[in-house]
Amino acid sequence: MTTSRPADDLRKDDKRDEPKGNGGPAGAIANWVDERTGAAKGARFLMKKVFPDHWSFMLGEIAMYSLIILLLTGTFLTFWFVPSMGETVYNGSYVPLKGVQMSEAFKSTVNISMDVRGGLLIRQIHHWAALLFLVSIMLHMARVFFTGAFRKPREINWIIGLLLFMLAMVEGFAGYSLPDDLLSGTGIRAAEGFMLSIPVIGSYVASLVFGGGFPGEAIIPRLFTVHVLLLPAIIVGLFTAHIILVMVHKHTQYPGPGRTNKNVVGFPLMPVYTAKAGGFFFIVFGVTALISGLVTINPIWMYGPYEPTMVTAGSQPDWYMGFADGALRLLPGRLEFTLLEHTFVFNVFIGAILLIPLMWTAMGIYPFLEKWVTGDNEEHHLLDRPRNAPTRTGIGMAFFVFYFVLFFAAGNDLMAIKLHLSINDITWAFRILTFLGPVMAFWITKRLCLSLQRRDRDLVLHGRETGRIIRTAEGRFFEAHEPLNRYQRWPLVSFASHAPVSLPAGIDRNGVRRRKAAADKMRVRLSHFFFNDRIEPVTPAELEAAHHHDEPVREEIDHTVEEARRLEGDDFGGKLHGGAEELSSSSAYGHPDQR
Amino acid sequence: MSALAARRRHPAALLIVLIFAMAVLGGLYAVLAPKSADAAEATANSGQITAGRQLFISNCASCHGSNAAGGPAGPSLVGVGAASVDFQVGTGRMPLQQPGVQAQRANKPQFTQAEINQLAAYVASLGTGPAVPPSQYTNGGGNIAKGGELFRVNCAMCHNFAGSGGALTRGKYAPSLMDVSGKHVYEAMLTGPQSMPVFNDTNLSPQDKKDIISYLKNVKEEPSQGGHNLGLFGPVPEGMFAWTIGIGILIGAAVWLGRKAA
Repeated sequence: MTTSRPADDLRKDDKRDEPKGNGGPAGAIANWVDERTGAAKGARFLMKKVFPDHWSFMLGEIAMYSLIILLLTGTFLTFWFVPSMGETVYNGSYVPLKGVQMSEAFKSTVNISMDVRGGLLIRQIHHWAALLFLVSIMLHMARVFFTGAFRKPREINWIIGLLLFMLAMVEGFAGYSLPDDLLSGTGIRAAEGFMLSIPVIGSYVASLVFGGGFPGEAIIPRLFTVHVLLLPAIIVGLFTAHIILVMVHKHTQYPGPGRTNKNVVGFPLMPVYTAKAGGFFFIVFGVTALISGLVTINPIWMYGPYEPTMVTAGSQPDWYMGFADGALRLLPGRLEFTLLEHTFVFNVFIGAILLIPLMWTAMGIYPFLEKWVTGDNEEHHLLDRPRNAPTRTGIGMAFFVFYFVLFFAAGNDLMAIKLHLSINDITWAFRILTFLGPVMAFWITKRLCLSLQRRDRDLVLHGRETGRIIRTAEGRFFEAHEPLNRYQRWPLVSFASHAPVSLPAGIDRNGVRRRKAAADKMRVRLSHFFFNDRIEPVTPAELEAAHHHDEPVREEIDHTVEEARRLEGDDFGGKLHGGAEELSSSSAYGHPDQR
Repeated sequence: MSALAARRRHPAALLIVLIFAMAVLGGLYAVLAPKSADAAEATANSGQITAGRQLFISNCASCHGSNAAGGPAGPSLVGVGAASVDFQVGTGRMPLQQPGVQAQRANKPQFTQAEINQLAAYVASLGTGPAVPPSQYTNGGGNIAKGGELFRVNCAMCHNFAGSGGALTRGKYAPSLMDVSGKHVYEAMLTGPQSMPVFNDTNLSPQDKKDIISYLKNVKEEPSQGGHNLGLFGPVPEGMFAWTIGIGILIGAAVWLGRKAA
């Protein structure tokens, strides 16, 4: 091996051992597993999976980690929680409840909070994680909606996500109801009222669910089974399907140089995302634990045990049910009437029973509606910037405003005492905003999007206004524009703008009336609603034209710049070769002669 | 025995027995009969009543009328009792600072306790009404657990489970009870100021009221078991916290990780 080449000096410290090729003890174990399960193929597929980097892609991760935290802490809580409405007397260590009659469920929850070591911390982690779970689900959904990530091929995953959101809400409500404290008892009482408001069959439904009259002894054990067995199983199952579909579809990415519908630009799961995602799990767990250690949530020992004679001011559900509670607070009482000796309570029925299915149906239909309107049958792996789909963004904002008006209405009593306002006035303001807010939000958002698109066009065509004024030898004034480079320009021009469709002839070649003429008419109307005042992306031809519009003075400007550079060195005007706008007489810097 | 028996037909015997019986009955009545509530009237001397009347004429009469019989702007005070005066003036609600849906509590009452006592004595002299409660019922020391139960049944629907307050219709509200003295809580229950119903001694016995006051004292003094209590207003501040600080920290971490080069 030894020669006298100079390069040998560099290599003299190299390790000469042959690689063993079996990966050591870890490799041996992996090999053992692979030979028995064939897992290597799948693991390699997963480990090589490439994910793009963006903070908004991690909102779903927060939800995923919160779910894991919920499963872990929930298991801990079941070790001590007694799901029973059996009457008992408290004799534990919390003096303010000593000797008070209560249910086993409440007593065991007080015990978890006061006597089980670390019990209160785990309870609070469980509850805070539940709130953050729903917050992150909603933000994740908003990201998916506003970037158009629900488009083909991800419609099924959008629906699964919606189901997960709804089940998580029900799961949260079931958990909120279990401790049988004053607040959760009031919640169950309200839920019974919701069931009773269903026309005709309401009383039967309530009787079936409660096993008789309210409160009965059945509801807590039943909710417990639903909360720890049925819903978690469905949620984990749907969540697995959700994640598998992400793997199948590949992750979407924001538009940018080198990113297409056929690739994913990012890093592989192993090792980069394993580290990042693993680290993020511990951040989420750590932050949740920190909050739970510092801030009380649901102090059931303060609420006290529930009795049907009791209620507290400020009885609200957890935030994710707030919008339905708010709807109930806004619906006017005169929607209750008696017909054929039956009482119909539509002021409750609409908000408590109809609202959620209606809203979720609307959200579930949207991807299909948009596809029908655009006629777009392409696969989309590149995300839309929200401004490039102004109508969709407007509809989304209208929906959110509707949701949040109802949501804030659920806190009308606390607003009244904190802001020293009349609860009646607040309620009326929210009633009006329920209808006015979404319309305003749609209009404002759409106009903002269109303006942002116009600004993008302007930026692409004319570059950034540098504010630097150039005076040519003959005394004309120009403002130098700094053009975008190709990388900056790409995201601004690489989007699709759908044109409104026109009405196909109502009568076909043979003079026969087309069957779907009415549907077509509807589609045309919607298409105009969506795309009538659209902004087209800049075409290469337009870009070319824009670059030539200062042609007549080009030479003069270049000459001026070069002159300046000669005098002042390279610091000056290094980027002044893109374009320039002659300042008109209206500008403060315009040529005096032109004024 | 024999001496007493020998004189049993004495002409004065009947008289003596009658006097004895009346003394026993009267004594028993004095001990057992329900106390009339105008104790303040009994203790207040006429000097206090006169001073109270002077204060009343100069500070209250413009609304309540010069004889406290009420006017267009204020109700009659005949029969409201000393407790009512002690509560309304002692919490600074009266004299009314500004017209509105509800008299608001002031940080500092307009009168000293001595002046309030004079006013109370004057108003109590107008007609029988509830007196200022004795301190044995207002300083706590009762059964906290019982008090909590009574509070949840009778008070929580307006004042909230921890006495943090709640909204009523058209701008009225049930105020927070956290910084209210036991005496004023007792007087409020006794007199039912503004929108509040009266909880007289038949609804809630003095001992019950004492338990409720003890419960409220405990809520105020009890260490917050689970960390910061967010004002004890229920799930609304919890939701606000989750939507702002909670998710804010997590998104901050996500932005940081997203920017971190791999």
